[in-house]
Amino acid sequence: MPYSDKVVDHFENPRNMGSFAKDDKDVGTGIVGAPECGDVMKLQLKIVGDRIVDAKFKTFGCGSAIASSSYVTELVKGKSLDEAQDIKNVQIVEELALPPVKIHCSVLAEDAIKAAIADYRKRQGAETGEPAQSAS
Amino acid sequence: MRNDMIYMDNNATTRTDPRVVEAMLPWFTEKYGNAHSRNHAFGWEAEEAVEAARASVARAIGADPREIIFTSGATESNNLAVKGVAEFFVDRGDHFITSAIEHKCVSDSMKSLERSGRKVTFLGVDREGRIDLAALETAITDKTVLVSIMAANNEIGTVQDLAAIGKICKARGVLFHTDAAQMVGKQPIDVEAMGIDLLSLSAHKIYGPKGVGALYIRRSKPRVRLVAQMDGGGQERGLRSGTLNVTGIVGLGRALDIAMEEMETERVRMRALRDRFLSRIRANLDHIHVNGSMEHRIEGNLNISFAYVEGESLLMSLKEVAVSSGSACTSATLEPSHVLRAIGVGEELAHTSIRFGIGRFNTESEIDRVVDMLTEKVNRLREMSPLYEMVKEGVDLQTVKWNPH
Ligand SMILES: Cc1ncc(COP(=O)(O)O)c(C=O)c1O
Ligand code: FES
Repeated sequence: MPYSDKVVDHFENPRNMGSFAKDDKDVGTGIVGAPECGDVMKLQLKIVGDRIVDAKFKTFGCGSAIASSSYVTELVKGKSLDEAQDIKNVQIVEELALPPVKIHCSVLAEDAIKAAIADYRKRQGAETGEPAQSAS
Repeated sequence: MRNDMIYMDNNATTRTDPRVVEAMLPWFTEKYGNAHSRNHAFGWEAEEAVEAARASVARAIGADPREIIFTSGATESNNLAVKGVAEFFVDRGDHFITSAIEHKCVSDSMKSLERSGRKVTFLGVDREGRIDLAALETAITDKTVLVSIMAANNEIGTVQDLAAIGKICKARGVLFHTDAAQMVGKQPIDVEAMGIDLLSLSAHKIYGPKGVGALYIRRSKPRVRLVAQMDGGGQERGLRSGTLNVTGIVGLGRALDIAMEEMETERVRMRALRDRFLSRIRANLDHIHVNGSMEHRIEGNLNISFAYVEGESLLMSLKEVAVSSGSACTSATLEPSHVLRAIGVGEELAHTSIRFGIGRFNTESEIDRVVDMLTEKVNRLREMSPLYEMVKEGVDLQTVKWNPH
């Protein structure tokens, strides 16, 4: 299957790949997907005040899933939580020119943002220290 | 195609051997007769070439040339065998037996029989991919017409105990068909010794051209009859109408002659390449699993799960190597491999599996290059994998509550 240049670029040169310490109070961690489905995304957002100042990802999945999560880390940086919450998967589909069979990879990336924000909000409220694993 | 690419997908298809191409060429240019033209020399020489190829096919599987008909490949041979036998023996019974790991051309032919009211038993396989002979015995009823079990599997290379299956079928008076597309020319197969009544084979899996194959149909003890699935000029004793693909048939014959001649030395060489590959990969990487059987396997095939690395992303990384994957993400339907599921490979591992098909034109230095690339790419993707990170942190992935979507 031919991949778009942008998918190849993100796949070959992933942006912001890695991890923040999970117990950092300023970090929200979202883990979505499942190994049986062939895709698991971990997205971490570092948040100061109401802004996302940094983001990191790790992804188990196809090239499009890896590219989607890499792109999303760029997309969210500098955004407020409400702005990030509003990001829709179509934006990822368009940017990366994903074919129809790969649309669910972008949905997963959208879900990862929401899960990371939810985790952050929850931890700000309750400081449980456990990352949220929800939202898909 | 880039010529620095390494082709290691020889279970999908093979490069036509230059010796085969050479044998075929005159049949495009000067010798273009129709093998059925009875009244001139063009026809006669074509017919002679076809008969020589028929003898080569027969010799390769221990049959008589009169028991071989030419087809467009294993897909057609399998369709004809399953549907043709079902139609002819409609009064004998309505029950068929096959395995859960057949190629689609067999399993879908069986499903088409089901749609027309027959009953089909799909036998499960063990972790190695072999059917349970006792289960086969029990499955056979007095209504059973045909058992169709593949000789060697195209994804995991598992070879069945054909002689034992043939013996059971013979004792119970049911016909035994085997799809031997992946077996013929690679390991010995003998229709007499193994009690095979019908056998399908294909040229392009054995360094011959695409679009040509054959079906063996036993003539005596028992005499197998079938109903043709193609109407027309009545070629191939009425079983397969259509002008014979003389060029392709010549290529099939030559490909089989070479494969038979070189089988023993190639098996040794292939096994050495495979063992080198596997021992080096094992030395370099942890968490890898070989799917299938190491004992009952065609030598060139290796199917490996690289845990925590999704298969399509690994294929995408291996730009210079042509291999294939059992991962759902690579298939149009997003369905993971039915073969891996049948041998009990969990979905999470099925997604990480890659099939390597080592073949005649692969060299030791190619094996080493592929091992190096694999090591680098698997390590890179594991660095990117949240699963690998969790495992390294001591998390048991089985206990994590995931959110499948
Ligand atoms: C086991 C098996 N059976 C049947 C086929 C189909 O053969 P052909 O491509 O000649 O139709 C293949 C190859 O695709 C195969 O591996
Ligand atoms: S992760 Fe399976 S298609 Fe993208």
